[in-house]
Parts: sequence; structure tokens; C-alpha cells
Amino acid sequence: MVKDTIVAIATAPGEGAIGIVRMSGNQALSILDLVFQAKSKKSALEMKNRMLYYGHITDETHVIDEVLVTKMLAPNTYTCEDVVEINCHGGIVPLQETVKLLLRRGARMAEPGEFTKRAFLNGRLDLAQAESVMDLISAKTPRGFTVAYQQLEGALSKRVGQLRNELLNVMAQLEVSIDYPDVDEEEITFAEIRKRFESVQTGVEDLLASSETGRIIRDGLSTVIVGKPNVGKSSLMNALLRESRAIVTDIPGTTRDVLEEFINVKGVPLRIIDTAGIRQTEDVVEKIGVERSKEFFNKADLIVFVINAAEPLTEEDESIIELLEGRKALIVVNKVDLPRVVDQDQLEERLPNQTFVYTSMMDDNGIEDVENTIAEFVFGGHVIRKENAYVSNIRHINALERTQTALNAAINAVDGMMPYDFIEVDTKDAYAFLGEISGDTVEDDLVTRIFSNFCLGK
Amino acid sequence: MEKFHAGDYDIIVIGAGHAGCEAGLAAARMGQKTLMLSINLDSIAMMPCNPSIGGTGKGHLVREIDALGGEMGLNIDKSFIQSKMLNLRKGPAVHSLRAQADKVKYHQEMKKVLENTENLYIKQGEVTQLTMEDGTVKGVVTATGSCYTAKAVILCTGTYLGGKVFIGSAVFQSGPNGLAPSLELTQDLQEHAVDMRRFKTGTPARVNKRSLNYDKLEVQWGDPEIEMFSFMNDVEEFEEQPCWLTYTNDTTHQVILDNIHRSAMYGGQIEGTGPRYCPSIEDKIARFADKPRHQLFIEPEGLDTNEMYVQGMSTSLPEDVQVAFMRTIPGMEDVEIMRPAYAIEYDCVDPTQLKLSLEFKHVDNLFSAGQFNGSSGYEEAAAQGLMAGINAVLKIEGKDPLVLDRSEAYIGVLIDDLVTKGTNEPYRMLTSRAEYRLLLRQDNADIRLTEISNRIGLAGDDRLKRLSDKKKCIEEEMERLHAVRLKADHVNPLLVDLGSSEVSGSITLADLMRRPELDYTKLAPVDPDRPELRSDVWKQCEIQLKYAGYIKKQLAQVEKFKALETMALGQDIDFNGIDGLRLEARQKLSEIKPKSIGQASRISGVSPADISVLMVFLEQERRKNANG
Repeated sequence: MVKDTIVAIATAPGEGAIGIVRMSGNQALSILDLVFQAKSKKSALEMKNRMLYYGHITDETHVIDEVLVTKMLAPNTYTCEDVVEINCHGGIVPLQETVKLLLRRGARMAEPGEFTKRAFLNGRLDLAQAESVMDLISAKTPRGFTVAYQQLEGALSKRVGQLRNELLNVMAQLEVSIDYPDVDEEEITFAEIRKRFESVQTGVEDLLASSETGRIIRDGLSTVIVGKPNVGKSSLMNALLRESRAIVTDIPGTTRDVLEEFINVKGVPLRIIDTAGIRQTEDVVEKIGVERSKEFFNKADLIVFVINAAEPLTEEDESIIELLEGRKALIVVNKVDLPRVVDQDQLEERLPNQTFVYTSMMDDNGIEDVENTIAEFVFGGHVIRKENAYVSNIRHINALERTQTALNAAINAVDGMMPYDFIEVDTKDAYAFLGEISGDTVEDDLVTRIFSNFCLGK
Repeated sequence: MEKFHAGDYDIIVIGAGHAGCEAGLAAARMGQKTLMLSINLDSIAMMPCNPSIGGTGKGHLVREIDALGGEMGLNIDKSFIQSKMLNLRKGPAVHSLRAQADKVKYHQEMKKVLENTENLYIKQGEVTQLTMEDGTVKGVVTATGSCYTAKAVILCTGTYLGGKVFIGSAVFQSGPNGLAPSLELTQDLQEHAVDMRRFKTGTPARVNKRSLNYDKLEVQWGDPEIEMFSFMNDVEEFEEQPCWLTYTNDTTHQVILDNIHRSAMYGGQIEGTGPRYCPSIEDKIARFADKPRHQLFIEPEGLDTNEMYVQGMSTSLPEDVQVAFMRTIPGMEDVEIMRPAYAIEYDCVDPTQLKLSLEFKHVDNLFSAGQFNGSSGYEEAAAQGLMAGINAVLKIEGKDPLVLDRSEAYIGVLIDDLVTKGTNEPYRMLTSRAEYRLLLRQDNADIRLTEISNRIGLAGDDRLKRLSDKKKCIEEEMERLHAVRLKADHVNPLLVDLGSSEVSGSITLADLMRRPELDYTKLAPVDPDRPELRSDVWKQCEIQLKYAGYIKKQLAQVEKFKALETMALGQDIDFNGIDGLRLEARQKLSEIKPKSIGQASRISGVSPADISVLMVFLEQERRKNANG
């Protein structure tokens, strides 16, 4: 019934020295052969069931990670399908790169709860357990929805929307000439179609390039923590450090050098700017002056501004608030265990459209909230600077790669002077793949566009 | 009024338009005693709007109707006066046949067929009531008190139901083309909890052939070599009539804009929803103000009439304005209008009340088809009529309904769109609505559908025989094309002539045909031993070879689609009781009652996560049943 092969990172991101990529489905073994070189030179078929094999995950040009691989044959696996588990080095980069490669070789990104769903559909779990499967699938939805919604607002969605719009206009023109051959409109030429496809292709490539850099994930999210002395900046950093149980490695899969300036928050590496400065002087603005602080702020992907809830706002707070104008920041309102002095209405008026988190560092309250909010910032697209669309989500990268393939096929069809309806096949695919990023569908858009752009009818 | 028992039938069809005719014929041909009731027998298979059958998407529907043993294709083949294959410069999937019809001939030929079909009874009468028992329809009552019983009833009321015509400020109750409307049945349907709504459509003026100035009109002939609509017919001689082309101009637009407040549509008298794809001329000018001219085709209504249809000029402006703006158009300076353009509003249903078999979800054995279901167009109506007729028969015979899916036929796309997604405007078929357009071609409708129809007892053995002969020829020719190898010195001169790259050694005919710049006809000089074949045979071979890659790709998509389509959802599932479904999904699923996971996934408001939840639910149920 279910025929495709799914893949996902099975361990919580950044939570261990080892991360596991799990793949399930009837092509799991053949896909493994495409990416894994065992030291013993054994193919997936030759490998023994449930044994660990040492080797390397490689793409065309280079080694992605050194790994240990286990194959587990159906039906005695969690999903009752052939399963492959790849133990990578911990940290998000080798895991993500491995998954990306597997996607390119024919696996599909697993939906939330899909391994468990398959386990159930293939007869592995009993009825009582099925209830929890339902929860698993549906519980993911609200969170997925918020993230999707936030991304809708973000630059990525805006850019994807523009690209889809360009494709939709081409499609509407192709369809009009197909469904209304008598219509009094100039037919779009092959040269024009090609030009417009190329423009979309460039847009997709730019987006993919932003992901290739993988700046946030690879380099860490440059973060500045600001606030007046004694407000709790150090405590916040220490708390985040304490929570951070795994450290991101520098070069994927080769060394395990500890890079101390990195803090790992929910799988998002933070690079704290001028950590020492914060520790020593407690006041960035005073130390480096307003002009340089502005520069500093501009360089940061994420600004965390800590406020003392138990004292009125001071001049120092005000000067930071001024610097924050027009930037998205995370406002940590600390010391909420003490009697409140800073009025919430006042804060929201002074810091419009900012996100607030309430903490009491003294008794470790609210740290989890800070971490969750930072993760939301990243996955929700809030840390994107200068209107640059930015791809960090592996599912999106995969959608963009498929868009690219479809567009190439469409351009080939144009070059082969194929009839419009054939060009349309791959164009529709490209449009649908881009739509996976924003969660939109194709048909209704097209019919609406045809009738709003063209004067048709009897 | 006195009522009396007037007869017992298996199936009653209300209406004898394009939907009614197909429904009645299918039911009678499948052996049921069938009664067709029409307000006026002179309006059987009437074409109250454009004088043509087919066109993009619609031509596909006609071919499918024919492949399934319907009548539309055969009937237009008896009555066409011009024929054109549209989109010949595009791919085979969107080639679409369109024929101009002699309207009177079309009506007469269809009436003749109906009158001479065994088991089929035709009577003039207006149905005013349905008789019901325990949520099952049992018969109908007419305006004259005749009571007929039936096991199933099919509603094909077109634009007659609650019909109201608008010409400028003139508003009156009327069916199409000045025929009597049906004014009582709506209320009766509402009493049986059928949800009614109002839609709008319109038709342009008819003008006198003798009042046109042909020097200023551009003549439009059909194709020199034509194809017939029906798979059963070979091309025959016919008498061709031309159409004519001209354009509006600034003066035309000014006259319309100066009078736009007098349009019924702009004056706000019309409450019904009109189709976006058939805007009136005042709509076109208002919405596309920067377009300097709009084209209009002037088309003959038949061989024995001077009436000409003015395509592109649908309007609800008053008659004096219609005359005034038409006379600003080159070639129409002295035009005489014979019938003014009008807009018509009518009662119809929200089709999400129907099952995929076109039976009402909450009234057993009551079916409906055509404009009553919210569609537009003769072909869309006929397609639904045919399916409703077939399914009414299957229902009373206690058999499973015939539901064509989106990968099998445009008819499947049409009905699934209507029933699953609903429609906010009269629904027109477009080839872009079909996901698997490359497979659902008009040239292979017989290969796709005739055997299915034969199995349920409609398409006759004569159709099956013709199909299997054709399939055998295709198979043999494909084998030959793959087997015949041509030597380089034999084939290269031709290749050079045609701008194709030369070969070394030898090459098969099949490989040559795959080249974009070559085709079956062009290769004739190097293939002297080819058998004498009908064009539909070698064209199939050409398509199968040239577009193999794309066809394979769509077949793979279809396979995925089918996997979800075959996961059946029972009709008694309580979606409100399934944990994990979002509220909107529960409501939509309860309303539409999808037949399969695939159908559920096409309902707007049902998310992929909801579909996952449904799949788990299904497996849960299956195991409960297996255990208990």
C-alpha cells in the first residue's frame, strides 16, 4: 500500500554525541548503497542483518560523515519494513547533510509521526497504541501550523510566493492558448517562456544558495545579549550553557573539537558575540559607545534584551530600546519572582511587535521558554536580516531541489519545442513543489488566474 | 385539480434537454421501462445558446459519451455543418473537436432516435411534484394531474426551473428561448429538504444573415479534412457553412458604457451567480477597459434558417442598446436582430448534496444531472445525464454504481469536481482541470471506456467489435514499427531533407518516429511496405511512441492516485467521533461523506494531517472487524 521510502533524524537535534538517521521502506537498502561506502566493501545486500558496519557517507565529491550503519530486514523492525539506521556524529550538520543526500537519492522526508503510523498500518502496534498514534500525528499539527504561519509572513514565503506567481502567469498564458484557442490574445513564444522560466530558476538557485551556506546552522546564530548591569545576562548565558548538552563540531564528521563559543539551543547553535565583554563589563553600550553598538546590533542575527522586572526602566534601558527600533528582538523580562515594578503595558508600548519571555533566573524558571522562543525565531523566519529570504528547513531545501529538477525538465521541453501542454506538465510540478513550502495547491489558483487575466467567453 | 394514475415505469426522466436525452436513452437501452417528461416536445435536445457541439474539454466529453454508448456524438455527426479540430499545433492531449450544428436538424435527429428506442416513452408534461415514501422517491405528478410511479427519478430541468429572463429593465418569468418555465417543482423539492440556489447564464442575440455586410467580415471555414465525433462513424460528405469574424471598436464600447446603467446585470436586478468564463459584453468592457477591441464570431444556426448566432456578445442590455452597439461594428452596420440577447436566472442545487453516482445523499433513488447540478454547457449536461441514467439503472438492479475516477475520464473529473468541491458558478469543463490530461485524450476515449460500458450492459457488441479491431491494428503496427530496420543509405537522404541528423548503420522506424522533427506521415517515402491503415490507428502509434516518456510519468502519478482512491470510507462513519480530526475537517467530511481517502483529500479544509488520522482510523476499524 505505502510504497515510498521515508527518512528522518531519529534523535532529538543536538542532544547527544551521536545522532541517528532512520530510513524505512522497500528502497531503504538500495538507497543506502548509493550513499554508503563500507570499509569492508560490503553492499547493503551483503551486510548481515542487525550488525554494525563502519564506513563513510559520501556524495559525488566528498565525504559527509564517518558513520556506523545497521540494516534491519522486514518484517522484524519497528515499521515492519526494511529499516536502515545511520549513526552519525552528533550535531545538526552531519545529520542534516546525510538526510539531504538521502532525499536526493530517492527517499522522502517523513511526516510527523509517520514511522509510528507505518508501524501501526503494517500491523506492528495494537489498537490501544493506535490512540497514541493519532495524538502523535495530530499533536504535531498546531505547532507545525504556527511555524508555517510565521513563515508565511517571513521573507522566504514572500520570495516563494513571487516565484510561484511568475510560474502561475506563464501557466495561465499556456492554458489560455490551450483552452481558448480562438481567443484574441497573442500567444506566448518559446523564447519568452524560456526567459521567464530562467528567471524563476535563478530565484530558486539563489534560495538554495542561501541554504548551501547554511549560515545559521553551520556558523551559528550570531547573538548578542544586552541589558544593564546585574540584570541577569550572565545567569541567562550560564543557564543556556548548562542546558546545552552537546556541542556542534566544526568540520562534519572529522573532528570533535569543542568550540566553546557555541551554545546549542534546541538544535540551533548560538554564537554569542563578545561573550567576554558581557561577562566583564556587563554593559555593552557603555563599553563600546552608541555608534559601535549599532554596528554590533546590525551584525547580530538575534538580539536578546534582558530587562529587570523589579526595577523601573533606566536611561540605559532606554538607550537600548532606541537601538532596537526596527529590529526584531527577544525581550527577556527577568526577576518576575520579585514584586513587579515595570508595567507590562508600558513595555509593550515602548517595544511594539517584540516577543516577550518571562523568567526568574534565580530559580531557573522560564529558561525552557527562552529556548523554545529562540527556536521559533529561527524556524519561524524572524532572524532573517535585510529582507533576504533564507532557507534553513531541510524539507524546504528538498522542495526547492525538486522544483529545480522540474524546471530543468520544463526548460528542456521548451528547447525541444514540445507542445505547450507538455511544457505545462513539468511547470505544474514545479509550481506544486514550491507550493509545498507555503502549503498551497495548484488547480484553483490556475482557473482563477486564467479568468482574471484574460477576457474570455461567449 | 383532480389527480389520476397515469402509468407505472422503472425510471422517469424530468426534462428532455441534453442531460435528459442521454439519461433516458441509457436507461431504456439498459432495459428499463423509461418515461421522459418534457414541458414541450418541440424542445427536445434544443440548443438554446451556441450552435456548436464540442470545443476544448467539451470535445473530450463528447468522445467519452460516445465511447460509453451515449448519443451526442452520433447525433452531431448527423447534423453538423462545419467541423474543426482545435489546437492541432499543440499536443495530442488537447486536440479538441468542435462542430457547428444545424440546430433544427440536431433536435429532429435526436427526437427520431428517442421515439424509436425500445422501452422509451416520451410525453409532454410539466412535473410539479415528486411522490415520496420514507425518504425514497416513488414517482412524479404533472401539472395536469397525471401520477406516474417509478423506481427511480432523474431531474434534468436545465434552466426551466424558476426561470426568469432579463433584457434590460424587462424582466419576466420564462424558460429558455421563450418556452414556458417550470414554477412549482422548486418548492416541492425544498419540502423534501433539497437545498436550492440560483445561478445565472445568458445568450447573445440572433441576427439576420441577409442584414450583414460580408465585405467587412472575415470568413472562417472548417478543416478541409475532418474527423467524425463518434467512434462508430467514418467520414462522409456534408454541406459546409462558413462562420464570420469581426471586432468591436471604441465606438461600440462607448455606446455600451453610456448605457451600462440600463443593463440588468449592472442594475442589480439579477441575484444569481453567473459564470466568469461567459462574461457579458458589458462585463468584458468594464473589466478589461484597456483592451481596444473584442472579437465576435457570427455563426449559422442551421442550413434552413437565416438566423445567425453572434458569439462573444452575450448581454442583458435593453434591445435598443443591443441594436445600437451592434451597428457600430464593421459588417453589422445594417444589422437586424431577430432574437434579442437575454440573461436567464434559474433554480439549481449545490451539487455537494449528491453522491458520485449523482444520486441524492438523503433521497434514495433520486438522481440529477446537467444545469440543475450547477454545470454549464450541452456537453457537461449530456455527460452527467448519461452517468445518472446508467446509475439509476444500476441502483434499481441492486448493483454497484459506475463511478469513473479522475484518471479514467473527463467525466470523472467533472462529476468529482462538482460533488466533492462544489461550485460557486456554472461549471465549465476545461482541459486544465484534468490532472492526467496526457492520458485522457479524445483520441483514446474508446480504448479507455467502451469495455467498461459494455460490461454494465450499455455499449453494444458492435462498439466492442470496432474497438477490438482497432486495438489489434494498433498492436500489429506497433510491432512492425519496432521490427522494421532501415539501412543508413536508404534513410539518410530523407533525414537530410527533413533537417534530421543522419544515422550510421541502421535504425528502426519506431526510433525515427520518436524524433521531434519526424512523424509517421513524413516517413512514408522510406516505408513503402506499410499497411493501409485508418488514421486513428497510426495516430495512436505515433502518440504512443513520441510521448512515451511523459505518458509513463503520468501513469506513475495515476498509480499513486489510485492507491488512495481505493481506500474506501464507509458511508456511515461518524467523523465527529474521530479523535485527532480538526473541527473544520469533521464538518466538511460529515457534509461531503467522501467514498475514499482520495476523495477526502480533495475536500477543501481537509489537511494532510487529517488524512493521516483517517488512515489510522480505517486500519483501527478493519482490525476491530477482523477481531469481532
